[in-house]
Amino acid sequence: MMTSVYSKDYFNKGKNASEDSKLRFESYQLIWQQMKSETERLQEELNKNLFDSLIEFLQTSHSGLRKNSNDWSCQIKLREIPTAALVLGVNVTDHDLTLRSLTEVLQNNVTPYVVSLQAKDCPDMKHFLQKLVSQLMDCKVDVHSKEKESDRVTQKNVHYSMDCLSAWYMSVTQKADPTMLRKRRTSSWQGQAPPVVLILKDMESFATKVLQDFIIISSQHLHEFPLILIFGIATSPVVIHRLLPHAVSSLLCIELFQSLSCKDHLTTVLDKLLLTTQFPFKLSEKVLQTLTNIFLYHDFSIQNFIKGLQLSLLEHFYSQPLSVLCCNLPEAKRRIRFLSANQCENIRRLPSFRRYVEKQSSEKQVALLTSDKSLKEETQSLLENLHVYHAKYFLVLRCLHHFTSSLPKYPLGRQIRELYCMCLEKNIWDSEEYASVLQLLRLLAKDELMVMLQNCLKVFQSSSAKELGNTAKKIEEFLAQFQSLDETKEEAEASQSQSRGLQKTDLYHLQKSLLEMKELRSTSKKQTRFEVLREQVVSFVDSLAREYLLPPDTQPLHEALYFSSALALRQHLNAAPRVALHTALNNPYHYLKNEALKSEEGCIPNVAPDICIAYKLHLECSRLINLVDWSEAFATVVTAAEKMDANSVTSEERNEIIHARFIRAVSELELLGFIKPTKQKTDHVARLTWGGC
Amino acid sequence: MSCIIHRPNTIFPGILRKSRVEFKRHHFSFPSIFIYGHTASGKTYVTQTLLRSLELPHVFVNCVECFTLRLLLEQILNKLNHLSSSEGECSAHITCETFNDFVRLFKQKITEAENLKDQTVYIVLDKAEYLRDMEANLLPGFLRLQELTDRNVTVIFLSEIVWEKFRPNTGCFEPFVLYFPDYSIGNLQKILSHDHPPEYSADFYAAYINILLGVFYTVCRDLKELRHLAVLNFPKYCEPVVKGEAGERDTRKLWRNIEPHLKKAMQTVYLREISSSQWEKLQKDDTDPGQLKGLSAYTHVELPYYSKFILIAAYLASYNPTRTDKRFFLKHHGKIKKTNFLKKHEKTSNHLLGPKPFPLDRLLAILYSIVDSRVAPTANIFSQVSLMIGLEYVVYRFLFDLDSDS
Repeated sequence: MMTSVYSKDYFNKGKNASEDSKLRFESYQLIWQQMKSETERLQEELNKNLFDSLIEFLQTSHSGLRKNSNDWSCQIKLREIPTAALVLGVNVTDHDLTLRSLTEVLQNNVTPYVVSLQAKDCPDMKHFLQKLVSQLMDCKVDVHSKEKESDRVTQKNVHYSMDCLSAWYMSVTQKADPTMLRKRRTSSWQGQAPPVVLILKDMESFATKVLQDFIIISSQHLHEFPLILIFGIATSPVVIHRLLPHAVSSLLCIELFQSLSCKDHLTTVLDKLLLTTQFPFKLSEKVLQTLTNIFLYHDFSIQNFIKGLQLSLLEHFYSQPLSVLCCNLPEAKRRIRFLSANQCENIRRLPSFRRYVEKQSSEKQVALLTSDKSLKEETQSLLENLHVYHAKYFLVLRCLHHFTSSLPKYPLGRQIRELYCMCLEKNIWDSEEYASVLQLLRLLAKDELMVMLQNCLKVFQSSSAKELGNTAKKIEEFLAQFQSLDETKEEAEASQSQSRGLQKTDLYHLQKSLLEMKELRSTSKKQTRFEVLREQVVSFVDSLAREYLLPPDTQPLHEALYFSSALALRQHLNAAPRVALHTALNNPYHYLKNEALKSEEGCIPNVAPDICIAYKLHLECSRLINLVDWSEAFATVVTAAEKMDANSVTSEERNEIIHARFIRAVSELELLGFIKPTKQKTDHVARLTWGGC
Repeated sequence: MSCIIHRPNTIFPGILRKSRVEFKRHHFSFPSIFIYGHTASGKTYVTQTLLRSLELPHVFVNCVECFTLRLLLEQILNKLNHLSSSEGECSAHITCETFNDFVRLFKQKITEAENLKDQTVYIVLDKAEYLRDMEANLLPGFLRLQELTDRNVTVIFLSEIVWEKFRPNTGCFEPFVLYFPDYSIGNLQKILSHDHPPEYSADFYAAYINILLGVFYTVCRDLKELRHLAVLNFPKYCEPVVKGEAGERDTRKLWRNIEPHLKKAMQTVYLREISSSQWEKLQKDDTDPGQLKGLSAYTHVELPYYSKFILIAAYLASYNPTRTDKRFFLKHHGKIKKTNFLKKHEKTSNHLLGPKPFPLDRLLAILYSIVDSRVAPTANIFSQVSLMIGLEYVVYRFLFDLDSDS
């Protein structure tokens, strides 16, 4: 690929060869490939249910009608166009991918004739049919390539109409029948022509009239032209009724299909890409926060999220020399052996490593700081520790999530990503939310607690990590104890109620004893066995969190695996065009890097580009700007800059040049949308922005 | 299918008059006939059956399909071509761009064709209301096609709209107007009872139709739709008979069985909340239709955080007068005299007047002020605004946006 060659060069450019930039680029590509295929697999898996039900619908819809066409009811019933209303959610950017894979699936399983149309291509009926026909012909060309070539030339001049479309369909299906049958013996279209599936990508934006007319026409041709519609809907299925009047919607046989909510999708993606030891690459709290914020606040788009992830991966490998260690453990150990002296120095410079060294004995400190060999050995063991730490970390994180996710008000968040963010940020047990979680856990009933424990047990059992085998055993013990509690509890209750039983006494004594009992209950109530056990469970969870959920920045060498530059990410992903424009015009030095342009805040350097000067001056004006004043001010600033060298030309000539430059600057500003001509006052322009001065 | 109209001539007296025209085959007939009536009142069917059974040469064109002038004219000419040429011999596709060409070619075709010589040729234009949106010369041209071509031709327009709405400002030839009245409940009963299934007696089916009309007649008089509904729900009606719980004459029992079912159908299938096939499936499984949610049940839409605020801002911007912005959205807005704050015409509820257009800048300014945290004017926000427009929550109008609903 052209781009990969280019980007590899870019990776190497200006880099020290001893910093393994080539290796880093390769490992970036490797990890990204793995991540990409993983996300694709996930996508496929998540869409599978939806696609399967869609395929089933498509296959039954037309064949069902044909099978018993002699039946009494089928003769009279209206022939409705089978329609699948596919609710995809507002993440419009993801739709393309989903629909593309849908098309692929349909082409493989149902019919070769799958066409998708976009609203912007079909402003009227003519274009609609034109697009439909041309795409259908292309579908056809895929099936048997050459013979159609000559036909297509003649097709070009034909006016597109439904008649010619159905005629084409007849000819194609009849011609292709023998090959078709051989090819898809398994499909349900044996002996009958496959239907034509039309996907309308963005149902909401289609013009009502086009849609209505098309449905009316195609319902009249349904006998010769078996059409199936798929509406891609971003909002809610009510739009169908809003767009189509009853007379038209009664021609459709609409069934609803709903895709997975994008939030669930995000959770799965995070789960499979980040909360796992499969990929060594990790995100720091800030970066993860930035990415999820963009997702939740702006677009709900999984594609954009994954793009963001890719960007952070790339940034990480590009900017961090030690990212060369960001690969699987055996490979990383091998790489450590070949680290250059320069890279060793990089390791020593890592803050986390320095902190680690300071804690060691003095001999070891000397060894680590002077000998590359001992450094490499130590790095190997540290890296191994880091991997083990991650393995345990995610297990315990999931376990804790099971405990916290069903508590009232969700003090630690409902989603695991929220919990993960908190744990990444700081010691989770220092937070107030954590304390309240423990409080709430202490109030849980037995069955709730048991469900949680069972879930945790499942988490531990599913993993192969042996380190936490003890924990699993402990949880099993707890569960057994809870179960045995049932029998003993009844006995205890029985004995308690006996002791509490009231003897027949007079009113005074009764009151007194009741009061006593009340006090007893409130103050020195004896803990039942269940409560003791519950306390044990809570402290067990607490100890787990304290032991294993240390934030990653306490771990030496974490910089090699964690990407933490949220600022860079934000700059790239959350572009602010207005701010950039303002900076460029207000402070040209920021982009041009010309020393002459350096200036203090708020004043205009005389030598700045004309448009900058004009912009600065216009900031000082109110809503309407007098062009004459503006031009004079501009001329003053500009002549001040040129006084020394511009003596050669006459003043008149110079004035003309300045005037021309001013006009050009003003028209540039108009182009950028800062001002516009107005008719309110002569020789004035109106400002379109406010603030600034 | 043969019994939609049992005796067309008695139901539509106008047809009698028309067939009287038919007798004088060798004379020129009336140049144009305009037939109108509601959907499914038999316009198309009567015309088609009449033309077919009398074996008159005719061309039948549906105007919805012909969205351009060229398509329409070419279709007429090509069909005429088929009509005149004997079977098997298929002449080339005719191209025709303008009405002028059409008249010329039409003349030519009629003179060429031997079998059309002494007959009236009928051109039927179904859904004629679409002609109004096409070129202005089309409708008057068709109305006096006989005069223009000097051939024996009658153009029949079928439409759901009255003639008065067709008449061009410049005046035109007045066609012979025929009105097809709606079917009365009796007619519907008669027509629907005709297509009874072979397994059951006509009386049984007629009783069923009676019940069906009792439920649906108030909301729907569309014959096609009624037939469809009748077929859909018939299995349920027969259920007690099939099971042997009731005889065919046990009308009361059958009625009790079917009535709630039909009412449910009116709320779901009729409105296309549930598709017909889903309805059939439900019937087969005998589950409660309430379990299946209709389309309108899914009104909940999840939106990103800022999108919600953009919608709110758009709503505020479209219903509040611009002058009030300062007061509502600024912390230190200064004092405003309460008495004369609103002008008289502003006192009527803005919701009655509908949303007003507003500039994009105002929308963004309101957005920044109603969101708690600081919002940077990033590209993401802008793209969200355009997304909202794409989803038709906000309507784009010139340089202004107009909120439609939220």
